[in-house]
Amino acid sequence: MPAVQETIDQVRMIDVDQYKYGFETHIESELAPKGLNEDIIRFISAKKDEPEWMTEWRLQAFKRWQTMEEPSWARVSYPKIDFQDLHYYAAPKNQSGPKSLDEVDPELLRTYEKLGIPLREQEILAGVRKQGEPSTLDGEPGDNVYSSGRVAVDAVFDSVSVVTTFKKELAQAGVIFCSISEAIREHPELVKKYLGSVVPVSDNFYATLNSAVFTDGSFVYVPKGVRCPMELSTYFRINEKNTGQFERTLIIADEGAYVSYLEGCTAPQRDENQLHAAVVELIALDDAEIKYSTVQNWYPGDSEGKGGIYNFVTKRGDCRGKNSKISWTQVETGSAITWKYPSCILRGDNSRGEFYSIAVSNGHQQIDSGTKMLHLGKNTTSRIISKGISAGNSQNTYRGQVSAHRKAANARNFTQCDSLLIGNDCGAHTVPYIEAKNATAQFEHEATTSKISEDQLFYVMQRGIPEEEAIALIVNGFVKDVIQQLPMEFAVEAQKLIGISLEGSVG
Amino acid sequence: MLEIKNLHARIAEDGTEIIRGLNLTVKAGEVAAIMGPNGSGKSTLSYILAGREDYEVTEGEILYNGESILEMDPAERSSAGIFLAFQYPMEIPGVATMEFLKTAMNAQRRARGEEELKIPDLLKRVRASADELNMDMAMLKRPLNVGFSGGEKKRAEILQMKLLEPKLCILDETDSGLDIDALKIVADGVNALRSPERAVVVITHYQRLLEYIVPDTVHVLYRGQVIKSGEKDLALELEKNGYAGIIGEAA
Repeated sequence: MPAVQETIDQVRMIDVDQYKYGFETHIESELAPKGLNEDIIRFISAKKDEPEWMTEWRLQAFKRWQTMEEPSWARVSYPKIDFQDLHYYAAPKNQSGPKSLDEVDPELLRTYEKLGIPLREQEILAGVRKQGEPSTLDGEPGDNVYSSGRVAVDAVFDSVSVVTTFKKELAQAGVIFCSISEAIREHPELVKKYLGSVVPVSDNFYATLNSAVFTDGSFVYVPKGVRCPMELSTYFRINEKNTGQFERTLIIADEGAYVSYLEGCTAPQRDENQLHAAVVELIALDDAEIKYSTVQNWYPGDSEGKGGIYNFVTKRGDCRGKNSKISWTQVETGSAITWKYPSCILRGDNSRGEFYSIAVSNGHQQIDSGTKMLHLGKNTTSRIISKGISAGNSQNTYRGQVSAHRKAANARNFTQCDSLLIGNDCGAHTVPYIEAKNATAQFEHEATTSKISEDQLFYVMQRGIPEEEAIALIVNGFVKDVIQQLPMEFAVEAQKLIGISLEGSVG
Repeated sequence: MLEIKNLHARIAEDGTEIIRGLNLTVKAGEVAAIMGPNGSGKSTLSYILAGREDYEVTEGEILYNGESILEMDPAERSSAGIFLAFQYPMEIPGVATMEFLKTAMNAQRRARGEEELKIPDLLKRVRASADELNMDMAMLKRPLNVGFSGGEKKRAEILQMKLLEPKLCILDETDSGLDIDALKIVADGVNALRSPERAVVVITHYQRLLEYIVPDTVHVLYRGQVIKSGEKDLALELEKNGYAGIIGEAA
């Protein structure tokens, strides 16, 4: 795969400190004043041209949030966040859609370039060229992976969708793929029906905060019987100092529909911690399937653990219809703190939930992540494969809940939880909660913890493979079951990220 | 090619001295057999040559083509042409054998400033070597050494050795756990690598392997020292009389 090597080389070239994607883009932005109160919420709502019902929804959430307390049960520790010391809105000023690369803000293009995104993909990201159209770059050897792929991109740059591509082709299939702000304006009936129906406004501290102040995110609706003709993808970066990012994503697969959604992100290096509290809601109706893949590589903090993103995310899928299926795949390599449990509510009979996860922690990173599989319907099945890799001084916790409701006859779960330790100063923890209220439920749980042995490392190095590459090879072998679940483009990205994340973990 | 001078080495963790003033010279083109009873330091010597960090060289020198290798890490020694066929090859879960071969071959090429192999070229080389060792290409899709039988593991070691084209091959008890057919295949693989530019060090407990890989020199290792060196007849003598006689002689 020459394209893989090409990508790796590109990444190697971007040598900015330990964190390869640590840079800041200077694009003029419009900032809300610091702090959070009803006026700020009205300001955000007004900025977004939102209808009254939405403003009201936000204000209700804010009222609720004021009565709530930050959760403290996760195995993570961090200094107290001053929620009044954050900006809750920042938007790039130039928002008109670009017609050619010349019209795209050169800073944005430079950002893509630094991220090592191939030029062809930059054209697509920036909305200049549609996938499949000939590029001026055609004819170059060794750059064919991205032009043959079918990926639609909704690029969220800070808080506002800068460009949305592929709209026409998707529209022909009846698929709606736009920013959540646009959906609120253009498809209020869908938003009203589904927003907050999986993660209620009052669900938890961060989700409630998100409900009050979310600024942007993606919206997807795939109508009955439609198989979305391409992978849908969002790239986003946190890019404004002290701006909490509150993404809101809502994906609905109507009866018999199928959609695969990719989410990937990197963030610039900063000194202050950045809060990220996204909410993602997935709804699968009868016979529908949603596949949601994430590669997360936010700034994890410096070598002492300072800076870095706080990633407090609520992701939940509702298998609302019978025979529906929701599959989460995540590769977590970044963030100072990760608090994240993509879950499935298996409401429909015969529905299926899947969770495939790779969580890599190095330096002083803290990860508390896992999933919940709530079996409510009959004959529901779920599968959890979690691979945790801890290096440096990091702490990596898998926290998972599998439960069968009284009526969940014949519920089945299989859980496999593997932890790999690199070095002696890191920790791996597995905290499974299992609860079956129906006697016919069958839950299996397997867990292993291992260390990369000196023997293994010596063996691989004896073949001429340098130490860091040897570790990356062994680790990528360890996570292979999960990597295979990722779409091709992401699998390449993920393997590359895992290698980079573990640099400096030994020696 | 290889000169070991008054080598002393101990286990880094607890300081136990294993190699106690060992001297050995192996010339290019030579096949040297190192024999000795259990616990004499044979495997330790192979690890020290390959650069394993668990051992500490306290005195003496190891020269490879006239230069000291003591400061080189295992990967650097490997790229310089030193290959160790392990007595117990490690399992690498999730890493297909083919992928491992590709990674190793290209890492060495990079270290030597050569271009990486193109996939068709790589496949051609691997297929040719695998055929010679009677290995099925389907096996190369399996994770390296995971679930391999003893014979399969040893064959996979020789396959790697052939593909990496080392200058100094060290075989640590390669005959252990092999039936006679597998032993022949492995020995043929090693014999095919014999050349005037290459040296082979065969570490073995028994004479059996030396019927198939006929050595030029035989060295008896005991308590971390070479106590007797000779030609191939020495191996036969050992087989007949055991180690006791020689050990008695040296004492």
